[in-house]
Amino acid sequence: MADLVSKNPIYKTILDQYKDVVQVDERANFFGIVVGRENLLSVLAFAHKNLQFDYLSSITAVDDFPEDRIEIIYHLFKSVGGPELELKVFVDRQQPTISSCVSLYPGAEFQEREVFDLFGVKFENHPDLRRILMWEGFEGHPLRKDWKEPQYEEEIKPYKSRWPEGKGILTESRTPYNDNVQYPYQFDPKSYDPQTDKELYENLQREITHNKNKLNTDQLIVNFGPQHPSTHGVFRMVAALDGETITAVKPVMGYLHRNHEKIGERNTYLQIMPYTDRLDYLSPMNNNFGYAITIEKMMGITPTPRAEHIRVMMAELTRVASHIWSIGFLLNDLGAYFTPALYAMEERELILDIFEAVAGSRMMVNYFRFGGVVRDVPEPILKKARDLVYNRLEKKIDEMDRYLTENEIVRSRCEGIGVLTAEQAISFSVTGPLLRSSGVPYDIRRADPYGIYDQLEFDVCTRTHGDVYDRYLIRLDEMRQSLRILKQVLSQIPEGPIMSGKNQYTIRVPAGEMYGRVEGPRGELGYYVVSDGKTNPKRYHVRAPSFINLTGLETMCIGSKVADAVTILGSVDIVLGEVDR
Amino acid sequence: MNFIGKGILKGLGVTLKHFFMTYVDEIRNKVKGLSKEELTSEKSSAEATGIFTIQYPEQQLLPPEEYRSIPFLVYDLDENDQRKYRCTACGICSKVCPTQCIWITRKKDEATGKPVPQSEAFSIDIDKCMNCGFCAEFCPFDAIKMDHDFEISTYARGESRIFNKERLGKPLDYYAKIRPVNFQLEEEERKQKATPVNP
Repeated sequence: MADLVSKNPIYKTILDQYKDVVQVDERANFFGIVVGRENLLSVLAFAHKNLQFDYLSSITAVDDFPEDRIEIIYHLFKSVGGPELELKVFVDRQQPTISSCVSLYPGAEFQEREVFDLFGVKFENHPDLRRILMWEGFEGHPLRKDWKEPQYEEEIKPYKSRWPEGKGILTESRTPYNDNVQYPYQFDPKSYDPQTDKELYENLQREITHNKNKLNTDQLIVNFGPQHPSTHGVFRMVAALDGETITAVKPVMGYLHRNHEKIGERNTYLQIMPYTDRLDYLSPMNNNFGYAITIEKMMGITPTPRAEHIRVMMAELTRVASHIWSIGFLLNDLGAYFTPALYAMEERELILDIFEAVAGSRMMVNYFRFGGVVRDVPEPILKKARDLVYNRLEKKIDEMDRYLTENEIVRSRCEGIGVLTAEQAISFSVTGPLLRSSGVPYDIRRADPYGIYDQLEFDVCTRTHGDVYDRYLIRLDEMRQSLRILKQVLSQIPEGPIMSGKNQYTIRVPAGEMYGRVEGPRGELGYYVVSDGKTNPKRYHVRAPSFINLTGLETMCIGSKVADAVTILGSVDIVLGEVDR
Repeated sequence: MNFIGKGILKGLGVTLKHFFMTYVDEIRNKVKGLSKEELTSEKSSAEATGIFTIQYPEQQLLPPEEYRSIPFLVYDLDENDQRKYRCTACGICSKVCPTQCIWITRKKDEATGKPVPQSEAFSIDIDKCMNCGFCAEFCPFDAIKMDHDFEISTYARGESRIFNKERLGKPLDYYAKIRPVNFQLEEEERKQKATPVNP
């Protein structure tokens, strides 16, 4: 208990207040306090109201199979910064039910749906408890330990059939549909009637009647996507319209779902690294960064100084590439069809050239290792990066600023559209440029520094209006700050080794849990890893920023026009690889 | 806000500037007297102010040394012109492979039945390979390396995309050609290992 209190003194207040109903999680290397199922809401309300833990970062679950228990884990933070508060609730595995905390933290809505979908935990009083990532007719809950995929071979990799008696066969040929899919018993696609879509429309209908004004105008339900250029991927927005005004929006996702977390639990720790590139494929270096620091914290190793500098350099280059692309695409959504987007792409290409020369791939970089990075940055590439940072990128960002910021169309289409107030943004657990454009100076590089960010000079940019225009401006601001960081890193990058210790392919992580987070271009990217001392993680969860940022989409869209919904979605800047995971 | 169209004109100005700068770039590159390959790489570099794209496949950018496509197996030719693979069938690549797309059969001595350090069969499902480069990174014998050849798309799917040992093999010269710096470093290391430290 002393450990826990020294980590965050707030725990003592809660332990004193709820003496009989909470206990410290006594397992070695496990943190947080265990709350009884009945008292969860009162403890959460106490943390929210009295202790100002107003920002719910993540909700996830761990299946303790073969033990008859599922743990629900809450990570809470203060929006002014500071250490975490971790709450756990143990529920029965056969009949898992728990009260929903959407009334306290609206940002829990999608995350609770995800836990319901993948673990089968029922959240009582949840406003709209449906599957979110899997399809409606899916049988079972895939993240439970006893659920097996159709192409299941063994619990963990490496599979024994590969060596020394490996015979190359198509893995697909082992399953009846020649693919990694399965259908419920006696499933007939012809007579299949998706119930959840009906539920979805009924939900919207309810909201329509709820929001009805006095005039009896025509109500219409319109589907945007799944195949629509405005959705930046396979994403569907179901909008209820009153004339041309949006009265309700429900995002539908999961079209790109491949259960990244289940794959991660089958993989060894190192094998997860290339998979993280494929989460948010516009910022692979940041995804690597988050995962690497989480495992490093668990193992208790620190990277070498040169590696730390290279890491920050890569992460900031990624941020510039991602933001410039996002601005280009926002203009695309405004109707400037691909001209600004392709000019933005030029700069991104030059940054990707650096990645390609160093990491070997433009997007799927697989560059970070535990304790360092895989390859050194040679001097010619560093020179290239310096040229880019000092001579080119700054000019190009200024050029964009000059041509777009005062453009009449950009201003009239973006100003005052999709407003999210600071309170709303925090309560929806929105992070990244969205949160900061609403006026909340919350940046994990400052609030919970990792790497060498505490030694670097940069400002946390904020804007005050929280509309689409401010989200555009804040991305410009952040790119300038990134260049400022890059200049410092490039001028002081030390010589030395790039790995602490040997680059090993099997690592053992001591049993325990860890929640590591980094500031990605889209917001807080968190990794929650539970180890049981084996070569693969027992639980591997990704807190995807663009997935949770979508919780605020409905509030942003209500009251605006159809054309503005496209702009708002563009300003949220989602990447579907991360939303669907 | 009054719409006098200044923003639109400014925007069109950017496009026009890029259009003219394309010709300025071209004249500048002519003056420099660059070769055909250099011209191509100059076109999509930080120096470019005009058009940025190149005309693939007529023009091609050379991939950097570290670029990785699919893996290949390095072999030498012995005196009878037979392929001598460096692979010893230790199985590290198939163990570290995240998608588990590498299958290796270890060779057994026909008389004794004991394993010998050679592979009987070696196959990679190229459709499953995610080009992560772990196999090349952790191979202790420099036997498997990442290729530069990215033009590997075909119409076929399925069995034909499982590359066997024959198909995966590429000569050592090829490796030295695509990755000269790494090749040099590895050769030096090999020489050092070969010479005993304290005779």
